[in-house]
Amino acid sequence: MSEAIESIKSNVIRGKRKEALEQTQRALAAGVDPAAIMKDALIAAMSVVGQKYSSGEFFLPQMMIAARAMTEVLPLLKPHLVGAAAQKRGKAVIGTVAGDFHDIGKNIVKMMLEGAGYEVVDLGVDVPADKFVEAVRNESPNFVLMSSLITLTMQSMRKTVEALQAAGVRGAIRVGVGGAPLTAKFAQEIGADFYSPDAHECVEACNRLVH
Amino acid sequence: MLVIAERINASRKAIRAALEAMDAAAIQKEARAQDAAGADYIDVNGGTLPGREPELLCWLVDTVQAVSDKPLCLDSPDAAALAAALPRVRTKPPILNSISLERARFDGVLALALEHRTKLIALCQGESVPAASAEDKVALGAELVERLTRAGIAIGDIYVDPLVFPLGTDSRSAHATIEAIGELMRRFPGVHTTCGLSNVSHGLPARKLLNRTFLVAALSRGMDAAIVDPTDSQLMSTIYAAQAVFGRDEYCLGLIEAFQEGRLAA
Repeated sequence: MSEAIESIKSNVIRGKRKEALEQTQRALAAGVDPAAIMKDALIAAMSVVGQKYSSGEFFLPQMMIAARAMTEVLPLLKPHLVGAAAQKRGKAVIGTVAGDFHDIGKNIVKMMLEGAGYEVVDLGVDVPADKFVEAVRNESPNFVLMSSLITLTMQSMRKTVEALQAAGVRGAIRVGVGGAPLTAKFAQEIGADFYSPDAHECVEACNRLVH
Repeated sequence: MLVIAERINASRKAIRAALEAMDAAAIQKEARAQDAAGADYIDVNGGTLPGREPELLCWLVDTVQAVSDKPLCLDSPDAAALAAALPRVRTKPPILNSISLERARFDGVLALALEHRTKLIALCQGESVPAASAEDKVALGAELVERLTRAGIAIGDIYVDPLVFPLGTDSRSAHATIEAIGELMRRFPGVHTTCGLSNVSHGLPARKLLNRTFLVAALSRGMDAAIVDPTDSQLMSTIYAAQAVFGRDEYCLGLIEAFQEGRLAA
């Protein structure tokens, strides 16, 4: 791997956005393959960050500044990516379910998915079932990902799965759920396809299921 | 200073397991430990298994009351769960945790507080999103105090919780909460303020240190209740010391008594 790519990767991991931006500009000007920067610097960096956060080595703000650096570098690459490299890995619709306003976990999953090469449509917080259905109809995603941090709103997840079923779009997507009070057992009970204990695992689950 | 003991909460794995197994001994061990450590109220939260919250909250009330005379803080956003549990309370009137301006919750929980003459924790959360800035927190807190007192709740029975958000995602969030506490205490003589501490340090290292530091800052602005773990002796010692420093412990007798009873971790 080139020194330039290694350096961009290291700066993204450390959340140094100014350095990451400058080095990316320089690398592009010097003719470094933008697809390689995407894969070996950005996606690789976010994978390292996800693992470090998952294992407890990294703390929340470090994860956030790394993701911010990544999302700022991304637009520099986009115009240069052609063909297969421009293809998104998949598409996810994400939201915190009705009655719940907690968005930290949801935002982390969103950033990690973007860092892993997915397109993410963020419906925000307090998202009712019919908005998820509408988004599936309009966006044709691979995944619907729901977050809930309080037990009271876990029922909203069940309702959303039921609404997706009733609308006849359930079969076209995989449903993933996450949030502090959730369990794999609950995910199974409400008919979701997978449960992830953290953002890193969610990306891994999407990577497994997208093919 | 009102210490509301937080450990019997379904968001903790050990408590969730105890609830699933209806393991009374595990719950009672927590209740006794918190009682002995200086809790004024024991919070009970049974929100782990969707649909079973009313039943589990009732079970928690019975289970804790069997081993402790401390009053309870009934912890649920669901008025139905609170309504089920309230008639079983035998200790003095509980605190309902909590009410907010979300319409259904406001009406439901207010009716219960009036009927059962309880105290209330009032969250600075509107119909849409929770308040993030100090100004928003104060505006929502003021609206809650005004509407609750107009409805017949004594101002001294209201504990406004301006909400604490993780410093890890917003470096100014704790400062906003502290500012709001000061302003609410200044503007509404007789009202109380409280908050849960642990959210402030979410996602950060040295969590207990951050929690204690935040607590001292909040106490300095007049906060007079907190939802904490009373078995954390360093945290409780910080409360005793801060009360003395802020002139709320006459002759420092609270501090001295804690020391003489061996409860002070210096």
